[in-house]
Amino acid sequence: MSRTNAAAARALTSSRSLSQGHFELFGLEPAFALDAERLERAYREIQSRVHPDRFAHAGDAERRASLQWTTRVNEAYRTLKNPVSRASHILALQGVDVAFETNTAMPSDFLMEQMELREALEAATQSKNAAALDELQRRIDGDKRALEGRLAERIDRQKDYAGAAGLVRELQFLEKLEAEIDAAHEAIE
Amino acid sequence: MALLQISEPGQSPAPHEHRLAVGIDLGTTNSLVATVRSGATTVLPDAQGRPLLPSIVRYLSSGKVEVGYAAQARQAEDPKNTIVSVKRFMGRGVKDIDHLQNAPYDFVDAPGMLQIRTAAGVKSPVEVSAEILKVLRERAEAALGGPLSGAVITVPAYFDDAQRQATKDAGRLAGLNVLRLLNEPTAAAIAYGLDNASQGIFAVYDLGGGTFDLSILKLSRGVFEVVATSGDSLLGGDDFDQRVFCWAVEQGKLAPLAARDMRLLLVKSREAKEHLTSHGAAPITARLSSGEFVDLELDTETFCRITQTLVQKTLGPVRKALRDAGLSANEIDGVVMVGGATRMPQIQRAVAEFFKRDPLNNLDPDKVVALGAAMQANVLAGNKPQGEDWLLLDVIPLSLGIETMGGLVEKIIPRNSTIPAARAQEFTTFKDGQTGMSFHVVQGERELVSDCRSLARFELKGIPPMAAGVARVRVTFQVDADGLLSVNARESTTGAEASVAVKPSYGLADADIERMLRDSFAHAKEDVHARALAEARVDGARLLEATRSAMAADGALLAADEKATIDARIAELEKALRGSDHRPIKQALDALNHATEDFAARRMDAGIRRALAGKQIGAL
Repeated sequence: MSRTNAAAARALTSSRSLSQGHFELFGLEPAFALDAERLERAYREIQSRVHPDRFAHAGDAERRASLQWTTRVNEAYRTLKNPVSRASHILALQGVDVAFETNTAMPSDFLMEQMELREALEAATQSKNAAALDELQRRIDGDKRALEGRLAERIDRQKDYAGAAGLVRELQFLEKLEAEIDAAHEAIE
Repeated sequence: MALLQISEPGQSPAPHEHRLAVGIDLGTTNSLVATVRSGATTVLPDAQGRPLLPSIVRYLSSGKVEVGYAAQARQAEDPKNTIVSVKRFMGRGVKDIDHLQNAPYDFVDAPGMLQIRTAAGVKSPVEVSAEILKVLRERAEAALGGPLSGAVITVPAYFDDAQRQATKDAGRLAGLNVLRLLNEPTAAAIAYGLDNASQGIFAVYDLGGGTFDLSILKLSRGVFEVVATSGDSLLGGDDFDQRVFCWAVEQGKLAPLAARDMRLLLVKSREAKEHLTSHGAAPITARLSSGEFVDLELDTETFCRITQTLVQKTLGPVRKALRDAGLSANEIDGVVMVGGATRMPQIQRAVAEFFKRDPLNNLDPDKVVALGAAMQANVLAGNKPQGEDWLLLDVIPLSLGIETMGGLVEKIIPRNSTIPAARAQEFTTFKDGQTGMSFHVVQGERELVSDCRSLARFELKGIPPMAAGVARVRVTFQVDADGLLSVNARESTTGAEASVAVKPSYGLADADIERMLRDSFAHAKEDVHARALAEARVDGARLLEATRSAMAADGALLAADEKATIDARIAELEKALRGSDHRPIKQALDALNHATEDFAARRMDAGIRRALAGKQIGAL
């Protein structure tokens, strides 16, 4: 383990690409609106060259470098695929902290709607109503799409990164609610 | 940079010798070994032409070990020393096992993994599994005419870290170079996908003897991507036998049974279950040691009724995987059935009803996992040229986390993350002058530590005394391509560093493996030194070949002095290989590996640049 890390540290210093930004890694311009297919193509193209399966019979050095790279590429892909982490990454590149934990201020109309959604979730869970949970999920899907549209406008066109932070926090709120809906499905099964 | 004359990584410029690689399905009930020969994938049968090896091991007081059909024939007669379904015990403690009272063994509750007391001494499930693997290795070496270069061993996708580690340890103990642990449903998808040139989203429903897996994969040309996986590592065909057994005990109003009668009746229950696949009713008859005669008939309707909850129990993980994948049942393009237990008509019906489509059955559900594993082993061995091989992207089945204050779990790597994966989290001290921190690594989805599986505990010492909350301890989780975890903790504020390597508490230390290897050689004809030398020579030859092909392909990435250093290390390794001691070979191997580290990193960089260059040209 310590050996692997030492090798990884050396790989990091000797390699420019391993420390570059996620978008750059895939040859993409940083933007919230993303061509998902292009990202997937670039991801697979790189994976097909660095994946440990390509080096199962190689020496230790190549196997370690492959593990490092694949891990890095998976992390970058995961970050860019998800809208919340993609937006957070873009904001971080611009020096803006989304501050999920410290900034909990939300517009009151958003909070009102969240309370209403949560009440609906609780009611559906109590009455073991899977159809109501599905309905709730559809509503959140719609809300998320609308929020993502606003984020693209704010980040890609207006370049208002500080202003986008609040929207990213709202989107994260919805993601958490989605996870709770999944947990509720599991609980009532 | 000179990028001319660069071949693809992993592809040798010169054609190399075909490497002998096998895929092994280490099943709860039966095990198989398969390989790719002259382009065709086949299961390798034993000398009598039987493809399956019953996963049964019998220990005799002489120290002799019987594996497979020989052990199966004696199981009712010698139940205490005849271990069946050992896979259920891999990486498990005594408290983890359901129906422990129905298993006729003398369990020993060892720390980490349980053990079993037999006529030949106390055995761990790793040792028992290694006996099965050893027979398969010998079978393959005899059939292929030489030592194996490597093996892919399959595991249930829902196996946790402890179970995976135990399986890999068993492989090493059996003298196998384990190229990869491959998830069983993924192996099946490879066999199916390549056979039918399928594209789209597929669900693999894999009900084996003792485990249930459900994986959802996206298949496109040259890529197998697991989107989500779920399952139950303690649910399988065995449980159906168990239900029939309980029904028979109740119907026959039988008194508590002796170990031998228990095993006899379990065997009869299994036979009845299998009979019902193609008949409307099955007899269960047995002469017990008390002289009592059991004579019952189980009809299909009763069988379906007593196993209905088990069938329903498999649908929970199906729904969970669909939710994790963000898909509904009607978005699935095909359902693949794997595992002998899926032959039961009520399973076929339940799955068809759930997905509203007939499941795919055209490959033998007993063989499909081994066939897929052999295909993957062939790719990993480098026997397929670039362009004809494929990319496999798999995930971890269960979240990995760390215990925080109040017995809660902080998830570090969530389930269904594509592997290899790494994630780091910072922790700090909560007391002034605190110089140590202890960590508890767990796996599972629940919020309370007590509901998750404990994988390892370790301590980080040597933190310089500081005020509370000042120290910055970065804990990094790394999951490799086998789905195995290692954890590293490092304090960095003062530049002082401490790091620890973590092995799951159920994993065996290298010293344990060595001891077990020595023990097993005491009963075998093979000489431990001869084996070590043979293995070192294989490793050495492999590294020489890999290094030479890398230099031929990407030599331009090396400065003259770097090239000279590597050439010198190559010469040293060649010299060591001519000797007959494995230790200098190992030293020269390590030295050459060390000398090529920067080169390897640069090659990887160059590969990525080429990948993107190719993509951009393609996009124009």
